[in-house]
Amino acid sequence: MKVTTQQFREEARKALGDEILQRALAKAKPGFINKRKKAVDALPEFDALRADARAITEHTLAHLDYYLERFEANVVANGGVVHWARTADEANQIILGICEAAGAHSVIKGKSMIAEEMALNESLEGAGLEVVETDLGEYIIQLAEEHPSHIIAPAAHKTREQITELFYKHHRQYGKTERQTEPKALVDEARSVLRDKFLNADVGITGANFLVAESGANVLVTNEGNGDLTSTLPRVHIVTAAIDKVIPDLEDLSTLLRVLARSATGQEMSSYTTLYNGPRRPGDLDGPEEYHVVLLDNGRSALLGSEFHEMLRCIRCGACLNHCPVYGAIGGHAYGWVYPGPMGAVLTSLMLGTDEAPDLANACSLNGRCNEVCPLRIPLPRMLRDLRAVQFHKGGRGVRGKFALQVWVFFASRPNLYHASTSLMVKVWRRLAGKRGVSTFAPFAGGWTAHRDLPVPEGKTFIQRWKRERGRTQ
Amino acid sequence: MTEVDETIDPNAPRVGLFVTCIADLYRPNVGFAALYLLEEAGCRVDVPLGQTCCGQPAWNSGDQDSACIVAKTVIKSFEPYPYIVAPSGSCSGMIRIHYPKLFATDSKWRARAEAVAGRCYELTSFLTDVLGVDAVSARYEGSVTYHDSCSGLREMGVREQPRRLLKSVDGLELRELDERDACCGFGGAFSVKYPDISGRLVSDKCVDIASTQADTVLGGDLGCLLNIAGRLRREGKHTRVFHIAEVLADMADLPGVGEDDTS
Repeated sequence: MKVTTQQFREEARKALGDEILQRALAKAKPGFINKRKKAVDALPEFDALRADARAITEHTLAHLDYYLERFEANVVANGGVVHWARTADEANQIILGICEAAGAHSVIKGKSMIAEEMALNESLEGAGLEVVETDLGEYIIQLAEEHPSHIIAPAAHKTREQITELFYKHHRQYGKTERQTEPKALVDEARSVLRDKFLNADVGITGANFLVAESGANVLVTNEGNGDLTSTLPRVHIVTAAIDKVIPDLEDLSTLLRVLARSATGQEMSSYTTLYNGPRRPGDLDGPEEYHVVLLDNGRSALLGSEFHEMLRCIRCGACLNHCPVYGAIGGHAYGWVYPGPMGAVLTSLMLGTDEAPDLANACSLNGRCNEVCPLRIPLPRMLRDLRAVQFHKGGRGVRGKFALQVWVFFASRPNLYHASTSLMVKVWRRLAGKRGVSTFAPFAGGWTAHRDLPVPEGKTFIQRWKRERGRTQ
Repeated sequence: MTEVDETIDPNAPRVGLFVTCIADLYRPNVGFAALYLLEEAGCRVDVPLGQTCCGQPAWNSGDQDSACIVAKTVIKSFEPYPYIVAPSGSCSGMIRIHYPKLFATDSKWRARAEAVAGRCYELTSFLTDVLGVDAVSARYEGSVTYHDSCSGLREMGVREQPRRLLKSVDGLELRELDERDACCGFGGAFSVKYPDISGRLVSDKCVDIASTQADTVLGGDLGCLLNIAGRLRREGKHTRVFHIAEVLADMADLPGVGEDDTS
């Protein structure tokens, strides 16, 4: 996909002015927040579960090599094949190779953020394969030729009216000539179009929510059941997963599932939770003939043991996006790559580099709500600040801010000089403002007055008045 | 060190008041209100003159070295005091939560930073949680809404304390915002670096404020209040804006934040 992280400011401004997008965002946000809150409030042990979840992921990351190898051995024992990919390109080549060997013409896909990270659709289509997304949200944005704007609700930026028009335009070829406006009718129509795609596909590709080392199972949670059709109907099932998806055993899985659905959609469990254990066994009535797991690193192993190590705990619930005021204001596309919101700001800065994504770590008020709702308590604000430190030391963009900081430090570390200067500054400022309480322009801080006035100081500093009124010195 | 004032109980809690650079510059009344509240609650309060800023602008810009330089001036000024109190969740959070991290690799300064950090409080939290104050004698005629600052809420655990104190103010009716946990979009340099996004957040906050129909907004952090007041004025709204300390100390008898002086 086209990376537009360099144009963050411009894209954010466009998003803020996009009325349709704003309508979609305004509708999505309270739903997610309220549902999560209700689910969390109803479970007194939620915080204890979060602590367990965190311990499980930290333990796994500390022994990642062991659990990955154990997972591989169990997949192989179940009759599957594990492929290791260092980069997105390698992963794409592996998948193209599997498709070619299977003589595949058509591919159906379940929702997978790793596939987005790999730009898998572009790769498959470039090789002449037909690719159809089967998650409703992914299907909608595939018709719209867009990318997900949210990691669990890929079409969160679309309004119902837009979906009606998309279906009307694209489904005519299947004899669906009426405009459907009700959600149920829209879903039914998509279901009927997708049914044929499911039955005729050669390869099914899904992501993974978790990989269970002790059994080799790939765990997928969905609310539509499309994942099960994608993985059982075609001859070949390919799982794409990042290496940080592995967990030790089924006990751990139950803990993580309990925090995942509540954090994501406010459900106790998602509608479908399926454990896939490999290809069809002798005597099975259905299931794929081939089962492949493509494990992608793509820079993750380099984060192990670094100050950004904790990012690997992420289970992709989307709670940080749903509670982020910046995400809520601009939506996901402005972030310019696959992962938006707080987790995306950190991950994108790490995976593409801060030179490629100079704004993502900075476009945050450090309000801390993402960290508060994160089921794994990932210190996202701390990591955003650390990324700013990385940028600061590198120099480059933001040098103007650097000079201003140096001037400020010079004064702020010399209290007498500081107090004399601030006294003079507020005196001049107050005199210029007269009796007005605000000014509409701000020297050196024009951004402030773009959307608000700047209150004017009272006229004397506290320290000035304190010295005069109390007459004490220390 | 300070000279001893004979009229004050020598056993009274000694507090170093960290006025905060924003209150010092913009609204000294907040500092005097905090001073009044602390003295009314029986504290001996000093204002160490070595104070400037807590260093947060540098720390949040990724400039740890500069943040350390400024933090050292604060630590040196405040280490003699058993308690350090600031009328701000953001600045007290910087000292309490972040100072020890600043000196992670400097064991001598880390120990000094930790000692200061552990004794630093946000004003309303100090009054209620430490001193046990649950009522003030103040009067404010009107309906107010309260904006929780993010660092107060999430770093300093300030949520119920200001509300408990506001309940005791005669004539005051508290009307809660719909989205109490939502950021106002200030975020220090964020508001200047990303004005469009910040502007959207504060205008959303002002919609929430308007829907309460309260005639005054209070908050515990002047940064948020400058942001909110600036936006309200830009929208031509007349909702008044005060720091909570000014109302609790019965010192809200001057123009509110961003109001013209009509005297």
